[in-house]
Amino acid sequence: MSNEEISKEMKELLKEAVTPMQGTELRRDLWPQMLRKLEEQPLPIHSVPWFDWALASLAGAALLFFPGLIPALFYHL
Amino acid sequence: MELLERFAAGDLDAFEVLFRQHQKEVYAWIVRIVRDTGIAEDLTVETFWRIYKHRVRFKPDGNFRAWARRIATNAALDHLRHARQEVTLPENLPCAASPDGAVTRETRDSIHRAFRELPAKYRLVATLALVEEESYNNIAEAAGISESLVKVRVFRAVRMLRKKLNSLRTEVTAK
Repeated sequence: MSNEEISKEMKELLKEAVTPMQGTELRRDLWPQMLRKLEEQPLPIHSVPWFDWALASLAGAALLFFPGLIPALFYHL
Repeated sequence: MELLERFAAGDLDAFEVLFRQHQKEVYAWIVRIVRDTGIAEDLTVETFWRIYKHRVRFKPDGNFRAWARRIATNAALDHLRHARQEVTLPENLPCAASPDGAVTRETRDSIHRAFRELPAKYRLVATLALVEEESYNNIAEAAGISESLVKVRVFRAVRMLRKKLNSLRTEVTAK
């Protein structure tokens, strides 16, 4: 039996067992639910990516362990 | 300013307009994947929450509909992954009519059991391609994978289903 025939056979079996949901319509407006979710889980206004925090931590650690870098940093600023 | 630009800038009114324009379509897509109207409603809200959360990534000249569908597919896939072990099928699951009810029920139960045990990513493509008869191209676009990968996953899903069905039939015969 070819792959296509196997898929066709399985498709027939599945369609016999499970009715497609195509055409199922939304019965109510979900906007009030959406508003509730937005109120419950407010979004951060300024989200800083994790790698920015990692870079800032690395820079902070470098300055802490090698204070000699501070004048060099000021020189380049 | 255009609606999509206002949405990307964080305008809640623009988001509401987009929500009302697309909620039915997003819901209709999700319900075809998760096959439960209540869960599909929750996932529709979750999808739009993700859309609003990641609005800065959206390019106002892009296709909002396709972007929303991609996010909806990911939300549905996340649900299938987490619910896989917990979901029990409802007794009144819609089933095609047949003259021999007993045989259909047994076959249907076996198929449902086999289907439920499929890994989420295979269940997603199998549902959309085999049950809902969605085109490979649309599935690929929604899932963010290539069309050839969709074909491969459908083929693997069919192979897994056949294997599971055969072992389930063997179990039934042995009883």
